[in-house]
Amino acid sequence: MTEFLQQLINGLSLGAIYALIALGYTMVYGVLRFINFAHSDIFMVGAFAGYYLGHYLPAENLGCGLLILAGAMLICALLGMTIERLAYRPLRNRSKLNVLITAIGVSLLLENAGQFFFGAKSKAYPSLFPVHNFTSAGGIVLSSNQLAVFIVAILLLVGLQFIVLRTRIGTAMRAVSFNHIASSLVGINNDVVISFTFGLGSALAAAGGILYSVNYQAIDPLMGVLPGLKAFVAAVLGGIGNIPGAALGGLLLGVIETFVNGSRYSTYTDAIAFALLILILLFRPAGLLGKLQVEKV
Amino acid sequence: MLPRSQILLLATVAASLGVTMFSDGIDPYFLLVIKNVGINIILAVSLNLVNGYTGQFSLGHAGFMAVGAYTSAAITLFLGPPLLAAIGMHGVAATAGLFLAALVAGGLVAALAGLLVGIPSLRLKGDYLAIVTLGFGEIIRVIFRNVQSLGGALGLNGIPPYTNFFWTFTFVALTVYVIISMVHSTYGRGFLAVHDDEVAAEAMGLNTTRYKVIAFVVGAFFAGIAGGLYGHSQRSIDPQTFNFVKSIEIVVMVILGGMGNTVGVILAAVLLTLLPEFLRPIAEYRMMIYSLLLIVLMLTRPQGLFTWRRAKVQPAT
Repeated sequence: MTEFLQQLINGLSLGAIYALIALGYTMVYGVLRFINFAHSDIFMVGAFAGYYLGHYLPAENLGCGLLILAGAMLICALLGMTIERLAYRPLRNRSKLNVLITAIGVSLLLENAGQFFFGAKSKAYPSLFPVHNFTSAGGIVLSSNQLAVFIVAILLLVGLQFIVLRTRIGTAMRAVSFNHIASSLVGINNDVVISFTFGLGSALAAAGGILYSVNYQAIDPLMGVLPGLKAFVAAVLGGIGNIPGAALGGLLLGVIETFVNGSRYSTYTDAIAFALLILILLFRPAGLLGKLQVEKV
Repeated sequence: MLPRSQILLLATVAASLGVTMFSDGIDPYFLLVIKNVGINIILAVSLNLVNGYTGQFSLGHAGFMAVGAYTSAAITLFLGPPLLAAIGMHGVAATAGLFLAALVAGGLVAALAGLLVGIPSLRLKGDYLAIVTLGFGEIIRVIFRNVQSLGGALGLNGIPPYTNFFWTFTFVALTVYVIISMVHSTYGRGFLAVHDDEVAAEAMGLNTTRYKVIAFVVGAFFAGIAGGLYGHSQRSIDPQTFNFVKSIEIVVMVILGGMGNTVGVILAAVLLTLLPEFLRPIAEYRMMIYSLLLIVLMLTRPQGLFTWRRAKVQPAT
């Protein structure tokens, strides 16, 4: 039982990180109907931004840790908006395949530029938050990093839900995602909304990147590839374009993966996400919380 | 009288046989590069059927190549010698037959893998295919790394050097012939219809999923053949050879040449295989250049470098 609860906690903390990344995929898919492949590399840039900002501030300090988190989120938000402006916006009315190829190009560019500027070797990540292990009566261990993951993820999710449901820009986002022609007819500037969506998604990816690195303590320029793919699977699992779905999918995937990792089949952990993706595409392509949409001409 | 395309096919086979007679006189390094050119042409032309003519987007071509390479290498290494000894055959004809059987078996197993991956993902939109094929390429590597009888992470070594100029360019000719004939047949118009407008194609009564799966399986078959040729040319294969970077290289060839333009894709495959040989000093930055090339091409010349005819007007989506 203790073992089970311990694995559950580990799984949920991994899942919370997947959820943060999955939200970026799902929001961009909502407004633009395309998969932003570069998202997983923004996650990586976020981790590196935290690494370099960490040089200037004392480690293991809650305030400074949060400051670094905010700084990295800001940097990545700007990066995401720049990528959208330079690479995706000129292709807005072109075929989907062109945009998809560009996104793959941007992703590869970020990875290889990362190897060039940051070095290809993996780096040890500093502890940004105070380190302490909380042990319960039953022997379940909850590290302060895991606690930070939960608190930050919950705060960001609540904040996101507030932005999307209660603010003017959030209403505009939902309008664009519902029907982008009608939204521009009622006076919404689609470009601003799309740019904002990219900024928001990228900021969440940066937060995910820092929380991930703090837990795993090593970063390299290709670190984003696998978590990014898995987060995408999480977004599809929950129903792509659906914000609560992405959070649910992320948590579910994190828990499943952690339990497989603890079992005899641990060498196949990385394959689980893709098996799950194929199953969901076969049996419920709209995802757990998504509604099946029929394409209209 | 045979049609022109079949004469061309036979002429290429005969010419490659002729060159092979004198290949002892060719510098071995030069010969290796030429064989790589041929293998890359097979890969790019077969991927072009999926990514170009049918308008889907596969990112796992190296995965199918790996399946073909491992299958055919396993046959010539483990299965072939005892079999040939048992039926008492040896000499050039026996090894040629064995190699041909191994290549075809590699292609067939790769095609089967293509079928397994294609059926669930091709029922949906192209974006999913990109992710699923990418994931498939990674899974294949994880599996080959875990199978100890296929060498695990070290891969297979000491594969017999059966790949020569003749086999390579015979299969280049066959690939180009089969794919061009397929696309230009009555049946093959369906691929172009799926590419141009999936909804309209479906409304005309075409089974779009079947067309996509067939394109995918045929593409995977030739990727498997190319993998077999590659393995018997390099003489050693390991899971790392067939990683994501290899898939991207093939994708760049297709996009540079112009999606759905076989001649352009062949030119691009030749160009991108030879360029790194001449530009050794900057080979390190190859991937950075490829990725920039992808972005710039999509922004300024989405029809590819070698497509001169005016591009069709893309429907706004």
